[in-house]
Amino acid sequence: MAELTVSGKSETAKRRPGRSAVRRFLGQLDIQLMVWPALILIFVFSYIPMYGVLMAFQDYNIFGGMKESPWVGLKHFKQFFQAAEFGEVMRNTIVISLLKLVIGFPAPILLALMLNEVKHMMFKRVVQTVSYLPHFLSWVIVAGFVMSMLSTDNGSVNIALQAAGLIGEPINFLSLPEYFWTILVATGVWKEIGFASIVYLAAIAGIDPHLYEAAEMDGAGKIKQMFLITLPCMMPVIIIFMILAIGNLLNAGFDDILLLGANPVLRDVSDVIDTYVYRVGIQNSRYSYATAVGLFKAVISVGLLAMANYAARRSGNSLW
Amino acid sequence: MIRLSPSDRVLMAFIYAALALLAFTTFYPFWNAAVISFNKGSDTMLGGVTFWPRAFTWENYEIVFNDKRILTAFGVSVLRTVVGTVLSVLATALFAYGLSKRELMGRKFYMVVCIITMYFSGGLIPTFLLIRGLGMMNSFWVFIIPSLISVWNMIIFRTFFQELPAGLEESAKIDGCGNWGTFIRIVMPLSGPVVATLGLFTAVYHWNDWFLPSIYITNQDLFPIQTMLKQILSSNIMSEQMSQMDSAAQGRLGQMQTVTTKSLSMATMMVATVPIMLVYPFVQKYFVKGVLVGSLKG
Repeated sequence: MAELTVSGKSETAKRRPGRSAVRRFLGQLDIQLMVWPALILIFVFSYIPMYGVLMAFQDYNIFGGMKESPWVGLKHFKQFFQAAEFGEVMRNTIVISLLKLVIGFPAPILLALMLNEVKHMMFKRVVQTVSYLPHFLSWVIVAGFVMSMLSTDNGSVNIALQAAGLIGEPINFLSLPEYFWTILVATGVWKEIGFASIVYLAAIAGIDPHLYEAAEMDGAGKIKQMFLITLPCMMPVIIIFMILAIGNLLNAGFDDILLLGANPVLRDVSDVIDTYVYRVGIQNSRYSYATAVGLFKAVISVGLLAMANYAARRSGNSLW
Repeated sequence: MIRLSPSDRVLMAFIYAALALLAFTTFYPFWNAAVISFNKGSDTMLGGVTFWPRAFTWENYEIVFNDKRILTAFGVSVLRTVVGTVLSVLATALFAYGLSKRELMGRKFYMVVCIITMYFSGGLIPTFLLIRGLGMMNSFWVFIIPSLISVWNMIIFRTFFQELPAGLEESAKIDGCGNWGTFIRIVMPLSGPVVATLGLFTAVYHWNDWFLPSIYITNQDLFPIQTMLKQILSSNIMSEQMSQMDSAAQGRLGQMQTVTTKSLSMATMMVATVPIMLVYPFVQKYFVKGVLVGSLKG
């Protein structure tokens, strides 16, 4: 094909460079047709909304669309920073995500370490099967379980606490702000701990057994083996997941908070950036303002991801 | 095998106890919800129903299965899950197969276009306005079309396709198969485990999604079961808050009727959970591998 392009004096019509590319394209039209419909879908449903983010700098007008809406610069960002809710929303977002990171991140690693020691296969399989299950439930169902377990009428938690003599009257946990963060983090761990442990178990399975034999010869107990062999060998995987978790730091949660914290009594402790965007955007139709808040979050998230990755690269385990 | 030292024995005892506790804590909420769904509502209100139904009844389920709204919602969910999963897995696999071809022109560019979408997105509001602008509000297709292509799944499929032995496709070519023929007759039938894993994940997404319909659907006949359940549960909270305001009045009311919102919502929850629990054991053996492929490439 390259020959054809180079020889300007070939017999049929004029051949310009590029012609062969078109021919090559047409020659593989069958494969191109496999990818083009999908590319069009990606363009429509991912790239058009990315362009739509520009409305954060406009006073978006539903009737005129983006073309006829006036540009207003950073107005909506300033409005957000000065909004009465700003401090609360930022605090909730940061506190909730940090709590989820500090407790939710190590939990599956710990579970994997414990499961790895279990030699009784039947027991191991039962624990794994049961602990994976909640990952497959919708947040609506999980929220339903939480409400049922914590409710004052026949909620098992209240029954157990009363039976143990720890409380007299049943407590309505879900309507008291002081319990909300604990409930939220515990529910998140409950739902994802088993499933998240799969990758760590695989990392452990890849460790050379000779290392353990040598350690045993040297008289290292189980705990020492965990800290001196298993954990260091898992480090690359742990670091990659840590980077992902840090990139997600401002995603304090959405489904869980919307479903468990919808109660107006809890708003002071439950409203995070994403639920705020939903409330002002979808429920109050302040499209430009909500888009600006969302964009603010996206920019910080990408910054966090880049920083975490930079730190990880210096330790030799980067994502890109 | 070296015998366990005393401190290791303590450690192992602790590990077994902790894991047993975890398994119990994970399983108990299911079990308790099932128990409540099989218990007479008026009896549940007296408290103390934990491990076994005290006053066994089918009543709650009879009411749930006679509720036309819940049956419609269940049907919408089943239809959405089946259509959405089949179309999405097929479309994504086809896309991935095209991208796995080394000779594809623009391959690198197409991949970059895809990967960017994994890091940036337009966010809730621009997407909402787009879907509304496309006239997809209150349409069944809003469940199917926007989620047809999953970039994440595409990457997993593509990795798998690239590892298939090249000889297979060559022999298919010699036998006169084009790329499409090879995809349909050779590649897809060989992809059972990946299709099963990604199919499960896609199906779980479709079955569990409650949020998308809650913003794009206002017609109750198009609500899937999860969105319907969400409404039932929030009215349940409201009734719980009401009952605290006037517990005496609620108590009188509770004695008159045997079914309560709580027992009904537990029965509905079971109906919304059981399909997933039925599929799960069949696919479990595949997904560990599927998750690993996904995480390695991520």
